[in-house]
Amino acid sequence: MAEKRLLLGDEAVALGALHAGLSGVYAYPGTPSTEITEYIQQSPLARERGVHSRWCTNEKTAMEAALGMSYAGKRALVCMKHVGMNVCADAFVNAAVTGVKGGLVVLAADDPSMHSSQNEQDSRFYGKFAMVPILEPSDQQEAYDMMAHAFALSEQLRLPVLMRLVTRLAHSRAAVQTGEAQAQNALDPDNERTHWVLLPGNARRQYASLVAKQPEIAACAEESAFNRLEIPAHADPDFGVIAAGIAYNYVQESVPAGVPIMKVSQYPLPIKEVRKLAAQCGRILVVEDGQPFVEEQVRGIFGEEYPVSGRLSGELPRTGELTPDSVAAALGVEGGPAFADAHNLAPRPPQLCQGCGHRDVYTALNQVAAEYPNARIFGDIGCYTLGALPPFRAIDSCVDMGASITMAKGAADAGVYPAIAVIGDSTFTHSGMTGLLDAVNEGADITVIISDNLTTAMTGGQDSAGTHKFEAICLALGVEREHLHVVVPLPKNMEEITRILRDEINYHGVSVIIPQRECMQTLGRKLRQKKQETK
Amino acid sequence: MKLDIKLSGVGGQGILSIATVIGEAATAAGLHLKQAEVHGMSQRGGDVQSDMRLSTDGICSDLIPLGQADLIISMEPMEALRYLPYLAPKGAVITSSKPLVNIPNYPDEAALLAELDALPHVVRADIETLAREHAMPKSANMILLGMAAPSLKQLLSEEQLRDAIARVFTRKGMEIVNANLEAFKLGLETASNR
Repeated sequence: MAEKRLLLGDEAVALGALHAGLSGVYAYPGTPSTEITEYIQQSPLARERGVHSRWCTNEKTAMEAALGMSYAGKRALVCMKHVGMNVCADAFVNAAVTGVKGGLVVLAADDPSMHSSQNEQDSRFYGKFAMVPILEPSDQQEAYDMMAHAFALSEQLRLPVLMRLVTRLAHSRAAVQTGEAQAQNALDPDNERTHWVLLPGNARRQYASLVAKQPEIAACAEESAFNRLEIPAHADPDFGVIAAGIAYNYVQESVPAGVPIMKVSQYPLPIKEVRKLAAQCGRILVVEDGQPFVEEQVRGIFGEEYPVSGRLSGELPRTGELTPDSVAAALGVEGGPAFADAHNLAPRPPQLCQGCGHRDVYTALNQVAAEYPNARIFGDIGCYTLGALPPFRAIDSCVDMGASITMAKGAADAGVYPAIAVIGDSTFTHSGMTGLLDAVNEGADITVIISDNLTTAMTGGQDSAGTHKFEAICLALGVEREHLHVVVPLPKNMEEITRILRDEINYHGVSVIIPQRECMQTLGRKLRQKKQETK
Repeated sequence: MKLDIKLSGVGGQGILSIATVIGEAATAAGLHLKQAEVHGMSQRGGDVQSDMRLSTDGICSDLIPLGQADLIISMEPMEALRYLPYLAPKGAVITSSKPLVNIPNYPDEAALLAELDALPHVVRADIETLAREHAMPKSANMILLGMAAPSLKQLLSEEQLRDAIARVFTRKGMEIVNANLEAFKLGLETASNR
């Protein structure tokens, strides 16, 4: 039913995909992308249509399952935060070589300014690398409208389509005019084995065909309704603006009258339009969130002769997300604060919840590690990364999903002792299991703590793939029974936990300790739900 | 006509419920609206904020530019001060006056409140204690919304806000709707007694 709804950018993507006839969403939770899958999980339409929406173990399994659904002729969506693209890159890049059958949209939610991330990589580079079309909505309405376009484009070109959001669009609400829901595709598995079996002989043909598609992909972007060159009647010849994705809104907020603007929301960059813009003005300012993806290409078109400014030239900051203020300054518009920064102000960093089991894990770990002056503790990605901050200051590293175990192993190989890894339950199944197998196969001298709170807590309490299976997984990977322990992280058990930790550090091989207690947030939510139901 | 509002507080204090009620009222009133929220890591006891923009015309940026917020509505006094550079010259600050101290280096309370009071338009009250005294401990955020209601008047009436509270909380039962309406009224009275 067509109606107006107040939606987060993430929710607009989800509803747009459902209305475009989606048959399955595949994802691992990650800020700022999580709400897309959650919206589909809670949607009555999705339930009615039997749309797949269960969480996957990681982004690679998600991408491959979605490719399988596409192979079967149906429309599939894969969602992740930007760093998830690194995890699924093998499947993503090769999906461009095989091509797709049912529409396949890959959604990457970037996090410039690293509100909840460890880097601010720009996913558009992945789209260019894989040589597929990229979409970048400027607002919630476009996020909704683009999904139908993205699936149609994917089926027309027989390629995955990459859609990029940024945090400020993913997590901002606005009214969205929605349309009718299209029918889903029927089951129709592909029969083109030579497309899908990437033996070198086939792969060379497929890659050549991908290269041959490039002019058509470029033509689609040149003609896209989401790209627009706006040249005012009384154009100011001084400078023009290329505004990519959400940057268009910041430009609109303060742009002086008479400045030509090229709105870019579909790539490859429409080069003919860029040349038209350049013909109108003496300089181009490129405004884009993330890394200088467009700016580098525009510089490539014109070389040294034509001035191009943006993040590389310093008109806009090289790091961090765009703000209406940084964009106004680059446009030469004056503004700024009326009141100075307050004096009575202190930073208030996030912290582990009161009563959280991770707290007890770090208390025990700090107590034991203090007895070993050379101890190194390798952390991982999740709530428990907050153990790096006071009062715990417990971990020495946090790099990427799963790196705790493998870095501890490498450090132990080099001679570090004790080498201790701290990893959460969901992160362990995401990317920790294979590293543990490496460690077991070599009898590495490491102590692994799988801090299990029975959920994916950092992103809001989604199901964790390995819940109730961790002992079985560790034993199956070859961890010895006598060096595998499950404990309950509570202050009253501190003596037992510290004793086990000490014993296992003193054992020169792989040991795994699983402190297991439900996350306070999910526990509280369950209790509230129960109370509501009994009312 | 436009209203740019910075909502702030500490993770878990319920600023997003205030945003939901204002958003509901604005949508019913046919206003344009954009609201940027913070999810993820910062919700764990850290500072949280939301940019809410209401307008009779279209809205471009999801974020409020520096020096343009008509209102700062804050569940915590130091968190109100954090966004001072966003406050417009004639902007108002509506805030709880009760510090939430979960960091070791929290500033001196008297100095902090003096800095707040030196601002041109401030409405502050210890909403937490008020809520407790009136047996509505979970509705402190709706007291704060009541205190802000006079400042929202040019775009949203008290009646429109009350209706929105009823609609937003209805699935939690009449008891909670009524507690929140009472809290809203208490907030209105608190603001007018100052």
